[in-house]
Amino acid sequence: MRRSAWFYPQLAFTVLVAAFLVVPVAMSMTAGLTVNFFQGVRSGLTLRWIGEVWALYRETIGLSMAVALACLAVDLVIGVPAAYVLARRRGWLTRLLEEALVLPVAIPGLATALALILAYGTWGEFRTSWGFILVGHVLFTLPFMVRAVLAVLSSIDLKTLEEGAASLGASFLQRLFGIVLPNASSGIVAGALMVVTLSIGEFNMTWMLHTPLTKTLPVGLADSYASMRLEIGSAYTLIFFVMIIPLLIGIQLAARPRRRAPVREESR
Amino acid sequence: MSVAIRLVRCAKTFPDGTRAVEPIDLEIRAGETVVFLGPSGCGKTTTLRLIAGLETPDPGGRVLFDGVDVTDVPIERREVGMVFQSYALFPNLDVEGNIEYGLRVRRLPAGERRDRVEEMLSMMKITELRHRRVDQLSGGQKQRVALARALAVRPRVLLLDEPLTALDAKLRDSLRVEIDALLRRLSMTAVYVTHDQAEAMALGDRIVVMSHGRVAQIGRPRDIYFAPASRFVAEFVGTMNRLAGVARDGHLEVTGGRIPWHYAVEGAVEVLFRPEAAVLVDAGAGQVKGRVAAAFFQGDRTRLVVEGIGPEPLVVDTAGHQEFVTGQDVHLRIDARALLVLE
Repeated sequence: MRRSAWFYPQLAFTVLVAAFLVVPVAMSMTAGLTVNFFQGVRSGLTLRWIGEVWALYRETIGLSMAVALACLAVDLVIGVPAAYVLARRRGWLTRLLEEALVLPVAIPGLATALALILAYGTWGEFRTSWGFILVGHVLFTLPFMVRAVLAVLSSIDLKTLEEGAASLGASFLQRLFGIVLPNASSGIVAGALMVVTLSIGEFNMTWMLHTPLTKTLPVGLADSYASMRLEIGSAYTLIFFVMIIPLLIGIQLAARPRRRAPVREESR
Repeated sequence: MSVAIRLVRCAKTFPDGTRAVEPIDLEIRAGETVVFLGPSGCGKTTTLRLIAGLETPDPGGRVLFDGVDVTDVPIERREVGMVFQSYALFPNLDVEGNIEYGLRVRRLPAGERRDRVEEMLSMMKITELRHRRVDQLSGGQKQRVALARALAVRPRVLLLDEPLTALDAKLRDSLRVEIDALLRRLSMTAVYVTHDQAEAMALGDRIVVMSHGRVAQIGRPRDIYFAPASRFVAEFVGTMNRLAGVARDGHLEVTGGRIPWHYAVEGAVEVLFRPEAAVLVDAGAGQVKGRVAAAFFQGDRTRLVVEGIGPEPLVVDTAGHQEFVTGQDVHLRIDARALLVLE
């Protein structure tokens, strides 16, 4: 294949941009594994910093996981039925709701967090429990779940499918579990991965909502950057990567369109 | 097994205030195939959905199956089979799974389910498609699966909502013949909605022609065709010619000549007739003379548009090999008994 004269300049540019983005990530990751970052890799590799992060911040990792899973559970219980109702009843009211649902994404997390503190900050135990962070995360992630499920439900003729199932004798629950949910599953999986990823990485709002006893991973990360050796912060980042990258790959796989087999010709 | 259906004063007004169906009374005999025919928006699909239980009639309207009031029985307990224009096959199930679905939700034992699915697959000649996903099927195959799925639960009535509209012409014809044979063989009460009058003629024991939410005429296909009750029915079903003239002294005088007149009406009238009521004849034998405005060769016949006989051009079919050129004179005889006078 002949390449135009532009090919190599373009390739060089792309590699440069990619390197610009990837090099800091790689440096940060190696920093977490080197004995002394300022002396470089020559100082030797170690797992010591990882161990220290584990000792210092173990709870933040556990809490982040717990909040993410709880957030997913709440989003599934609220978001999937909400998407179903939005898909079945198309009117100005549902449109308005759909738009309103996206507001927590558009409004800065700090503002949402402040509003939550103003409204519920005096509710005794609630303010200091991790449930307070959970509420913030649900607010922030719910639109992503609803949108993902709604997109799939809107792409199929849900109303007629349900009418077909009903004509065959299926009750509402039979239709829901036999037809609606299986056909929405790709959207539910995509939404779930997105929700968990966003919740684990959420900093903005959580930073306002947390208390010293309810620190999530990103909040702990900020703390370690501010007060610990650079190597510890980097090792912490490394742990974060290990948690988040499988989820990101999962999102990519779930979002891939289902392969369509070619329609074969009528057999007679 | 098959059921007689009665609609009593069934009307349907949608929440936005539009009246889809005016109060309608209708009787469908057990085992009969009734076709609802009409242009889009005439209320035919809504009437079908009233029978199915997908819509509830306005207060006062009742739906009876074999004399039993089922107005408040939801669709899942009415035991109807439905076939949709969009097929509505479940994408999460394969062909077999789709056919089995109704049996599964009825909790039939596995052995019986298997036998019934087998029977349906062979009846619809789709046995080799049993493990296909529904997105791997062509339109005709999808509609076969949809029929098999609807019939598998042994419904009391089969309701078909424009089942062939999404298919191409050739497939439509062959599947129509098959559906016809199927309905005869099963002698199942069937209600079939279509806007295609050829389909209605071929399938219906009786046709219900609808317009603006009202029944315009109910009758056997030949009654509808040869004795339409109104101008709307006459013009919606088949091709109709309009001829205006003056009736006097046993003749209808038109621009192109005169035709024998057997009706008592005198004076200015407008009559309707089908293309096959007029035949092309030699110059001396004609009653009326016109000019060819257009000729469409259709293989088995040539369809001529003839002007100069009345105020509007007439459509006439001719079977011979003769070729026609625009502007050529033609002579016609029109069967006086086939002239319709409708208000």
